[in-house]
Amino acid sequence: MADIDIAEEIPLPAQQRPPVVTSGVIGWLRANLFNSVFNTILTILAVYLLVLTVPPLIRWAFIDAVWDAPNGQACRGEGACWAFIGEKWRFIFFGRFPYDAQWRPLFVVVIIIGLVLASCDRRLWGRRLVLLWPAGLVMVGVLMSGGVFGLRYVPSEYWSGLPLTLILAVVGMLFAFPFAILLALGRRSNLPAVRVVSVAYIELVRGVPLITVLFMASVMLPLFLPEGVTIDKLLRAQVAFILFAAAYLAEVIRGGLQAIPKGQIEAADALGLGYWRRTRLIVLPQALAMVIPPLVNNFIGAFKNTSLVLIIGLFDLLNTANTALTDSNWQGFASETYVFVAAIYFCFCFFMSRYSQRLERTLNRGHRR
Amino acid sequence: MLKDIDLVVGRGEKVVVCGPSGSGKSTMIRCINRLEEHQQGRIIVAGIELTSDLKNIEAIRREVGMVFQQFNLFPHLKTARYYLERVKIPEQADKYPGQLSGGQQQRVAIARSLCMKPEIMLFDEPTSALDPEMIKEVLDVMVELAQEGMTMVCVTHEMGFARTVADMMVFMDRGEIVERAPPQDFFANPKSERTRLFLSQILAH
Repeated sequence: MADIDIAEEIPLPAQQRPPVVTSGVIGWLRANLFNSVFNTILTILAVYLLVLTVPPLIRWAFIDAVWDAPNGQACRGEGACWAFIGEKWRFIFFGRFPYDAQWRPLFVVVIIIGLVLASCDRRLWGRRLVLLWPAGLVMVGVLMSGGVFGLRYVPSEYWSGLPLTLILAVVGMLFAFPFAILLALGRRSNLPAVRVVSVAYIELVRGVPLITVLFMASVMLPLFLPEGVTIDKLLRAQVAFILFAAAYLAEVIRGGLQAIPKGQIEAADALGLGYWRRTRLIVLPQALAMVIPPLVNNFIGAFKNTSLVLIIGLFDLLNTANTALTDSNWQGFASETYVFVAAIYFCFCFFMSRYSQRLERTLNRGHRR
Repeated sequence: MLKDIDLVVGRGEKVVVCGPSGSGKSTMIRCINRLEEHQQGRIIVAGIELTSDLKNIEAIRREVGMVFQQFNLFPHLKTARYYLERVKIPEQADKYPGQLSGGQQQRVAIARSLCMKPEIMLFDEPTSALDPEMIKEVLDVMVELAQEGMTMVCVTHEMGFARTVADMMVFMDRGEIVERAPPQDFFANPKSERTRLFLSQILAH
């Protein structure tokens, strides 16, 4: 009772304010955008920048844009010329592949995207998927190069555009990933020879730019080959790409391996699992689940790195877009083209990043201590 | 570091090892399944001499189950039905370790070792990481295992458990076996001064 009496005698502090609104639009604004002087300044600055940039962009991309035009002259104006993309999208996607056979690379794109999507579904993970991939890749090879089943033979220098980019990226990752696991395990091996080779490989490859590796594969490698022996340029680029990506992935995976508690290894040892079963059943599933964010980071980086093959004259998506720009009837539409290509790259990369977030959640569900 | 360890555990025998921390208890039992390497001397487990030969090591590990202080369950794998009955939690099948209490986790760890049908079970402070109310459920399972005739080497400070099941008590200090005796002698009149001091400290309350 005495406590309450005392409490009643205390006057309300003079500066006490009414409760701050914490719900509704105003509440949200106050809590998130104007909760301190500094944040208020930042908010105003950000709004100012948006006002400065967004309306002109919208005007350029939509309001003033030309959607239909017979040639470049008719398309010139304040806004974007999407008519150019309408004219050239097929070349950008499929490049120099024979025009009447372009249904083949289209199917290739569908198959590759289908394989990737199927692999994304955890319920399908298993033996069947392992068989599905080689089958799918053989189909990709047959469709691209032809020469069988009445399909016209198309040499690999005509493979171009999105299918080429996807082949380089997906086949690259597919082979680089297991190779990277071996490198990462090798770097942590107890056998000195294995360790030295792995460390030397990783450090060597990480120490040079991808462009150098691609140049070496395209220019230097043929010099070392005996006369008369040639290896397809695309294959050389693909191998260089795999070898390069593997070194980076290996370091990411090694990070995961190092994070496995010693007790896990000891428990697996005590069960008499042996090195390979311990690695396959206990170590790798946990290590890989832990490094999904950097792993996907690397995948995204590698996907975009495929665009560097334009240096050695392969016609990937970026290079076909560049080539489309050289048409003398349609001059000066670089912005439109690069926005379009960037949008395609963004779709793939954004998908990877969203998927990795989902995978992380499902893999971490229920088994955190 | 261990020195002058000379210990024979017969088939079906239960040995409880105790001693202050850093005395080498864990190291000793971890030598039995080669989680630690011995530099000198011989270790013979289930009739097989422990050498650096991998085949030998794996053969021995198949005969030796081990339960750890920190459980060391595999967080990404679900429990299977086998042997959960034996540790009295058949209803906990098909769960991740993270969904179980500490006591349940340790019992799953025991079930996991039993799956290998080992001849010998090693326990490395199996109740030290448990909340007090969960210690009994784990000890009950261990007592039952002992009654079924399993050969057991337990590092533990659960002296009640030791009195019930141990055929022999081993007291270690500074890497040596200081004293070994049947539990009644060990607790009633320890010969060594160090043993007496240790017992007075852990049985003080």
